[in-house]
Amino acid sequence: MTDNNSDTLSKPSSFKQRNKSNIVKLKFWTAMWVLTMALTNFGPWLLWDYNLTFSALAVILNLALGVKMVLANINHLKGLDEMQQRIQLNAMGITLGLSLIVGLAYSNLDVLNLISYHAEISHLVIFMGLTYLIATFIGQSKYQ
Amino acid sequence: MKNKLKVLRAERDWTQAQLAEALDVSRQTINAIEKGKFDPSLPLAFKAARLFKLAIEDIFQDEV
Repeated sequence: MTDNNSDTLSKPSSFKQRNKSNIVKLKFWTAMWVLTMALTNFGPWLLWDYNLTFSALAVILNLALGVKMVLANINHLKGLDEMQQRIQLNAMGITLGLSLIVGLAYSNLDVLNLISYHAEISHLVIFMGLTYLIATFIGQSKYQ
Repeated sequence: MKNKLKVLRAERDWTQAQLAEALDVSRQTINAIEKGKFDPSLPLAFKAARLFKLAIEDIFQDEV
């Protein structure tokens, strides 16, 4: 490439660098949120013997870090280009729609005693995660 | 929508990664546009036109 072309193509902050930084921040806040989730669940019987003040503080900390994680995710999504944003939007739409209908159907199964165990929220979270992952993968393959 | 992005890029001896950086998008997006699998937005099309110093219609053509 000529020098002239290099000048035309030079950028102060590249798309790659910006995204890398956004992903690092998202990973950090997600890890913090997961850690405080573990603290909230295991802390009462491992660390503070069901002390209500500590339990309430753990819940508040978990919520606060959850908000930070959501903000980091918004920042990450804003940093993506238009095709990547479309893939993410489609994946989120599919995840929301399927989670709603499958989640409520699953709840109905429990209410009507058609399943031998309780419909847990964690099952829905796992379903949402897998749906989002598969929808993102399909979206990416569509544009390859 | 058809486009001449691949030809214009090749004429300038640019890689997809270099063009992607200049247009502030991912290399995958450049690849998808070149293959006609993704139509860019008007702002991105204008950005490409400015970069190649061409009119939008010289790069992107409607498929009727």
